[in-house]
Amino acid sequence: MLTAQVLYALTGCLIMALGLRTALLHASLLRRVVAINVMGTGVFMILLAIAYRGPGLAPDPVPHALVLTGIVVAVSATALALALAPERGTRR
Amino acid sequence: MNPVSLQLFDVLLLLSIVGLAWASLASPDDRRSVILFMALGLLLALAWGRLLAPDVALAEAAIGAGLSGALLLAALREQPRREAPGATEAVAKRGSSPLQAMTQWVVTLLCAGLAGILGWVLMHIFAGPPLDRLTQAVSANLGVSGVSNPVTAVLLNFRGYDTLLELAVLLTAVLGILALGPGRAGYQPAGPIFDALARSLAPLLILVSAYLLWVGAHAPGGAFQAGATLAAAGVVLRLAGRQRIGLPPEGALRLVMAAGVGLFLAVGLSLLLLGRPFLGYPPAWAGALILVIESAAMLSIAATLVLAFIGGRLPAHGIPAAEPATRRREAITTAAAPERGGEEQSGC
Repeated sequence: MLTAQVLYALTGCLIMALGLRTALLHASLLRRVVAINVMGTGVFMILLAIAYRGPGLAPDPVPHALVLTGIVVAVSATALALALAPERGTRR
Repeated sequence: MNPVSLQLFDVLLLLSIVGLAWASLASPDDRRSVILFMALGLLLALAWGRLLAPDVALAEAAIGAGLSGALLLAALREQPRREAPGATEAVAKRGSSPLQAMTQWVVTLLCAGLAGILGWVLMHIFAGPPLDRLTQAVSANLGVSGVSNPVTAVLLNFRGYDTLLELAVLLTAVLGILALGPGRAGYQPAGPIFDALARSLAPLLILVSAYLLWVGAHAPGGAFQAGATLAAAGVVLRLAGRQRIGLPPEGALRLVMAAGVGLFLAVGLSLLLLGRPFLGYPPAWAGALILVIESAAMLSIAATLVLAFIGGRLPAHGIPAAEPATRRREAITTAAAPERGGEEQSGC
């Protein structure tokens, strides 16, 4: 049976893999930063799917807290990466 | 909503999310990629709401879609437009050599394999007994945490270490950004319509952030969502061409940036002196201590994110239009010149 939990977790795996592939292969540094962010959202989706218990049931708050931390760490890393490579976005 | 229409909604939402993610990753133009990524963030916020994670949905909308998008667009502004087609050329060139084509295939296969293995492991986890040991531990101790929102209780009390280190990561990132020199060029003063919008949005955003901070104790919200909303006020004011965007002078700004980590550490260490574990709040004080720590964290997060959007130091007299970018470029060129020169010579 395909429950919402399974559906979201497998989509998370797919998004993570798509992001990882672009982060490894793309020539543009800016695109790699976007790709790492996309990859992160895939991981967040997996964590939130694990936390989900079904409609009407309270989800697990621990993965929620981990994802909140992850979002803030991701934006910190993005900001530093963008500041480090301001005008060499596509050069390698 | 009945289960069938809910499942239909799930499928449509996830198809849109995968489609947007793919479009953002594969788009030939960097600018389009960033805008698609911001749209992806908004749909993700909807998905997090669907998975009953409203705290994360708020943070995703404010940080993931809003501020990350603003940071990426601000970085893109410094790149000459012509570099975008260059990227696709580079990709095409890479694909044309047989070795590069093989690399692409290998990486694609490895990524697909990783996703497959991860999915297989997850299916096994879901088939087993539910993992609710931590959920039970949280709900059993929620009464002594000082707050009634379980996510805030985990973030600020049960797993306070994580949040302390997260604030340290944020501080480290902004110290790195500040070390790179003055920020990006400012924006032109806004026209009357945008100026009026910024004028009414900024106080509203400040009010919303104070509300999110307060409400986080017993409902979705908290320091991160509040800090991001406060930072959004700064971003709006900067986009409207304001010189000082509500940031305090240099010395006070440093204090504000360090306040989150500093106060968190001070509370943790004073508890050690009182004979309690590090960050083990006495239940009677927990609510007040969490609110104080969260207020300092909110200010630090907001200041950090605004400085990240500026992309460097804010000069004491505000931002002169267009000058910092050139100065920064010179600084980078001179800093990189000796190594670059050496490399080029040895290469020749």
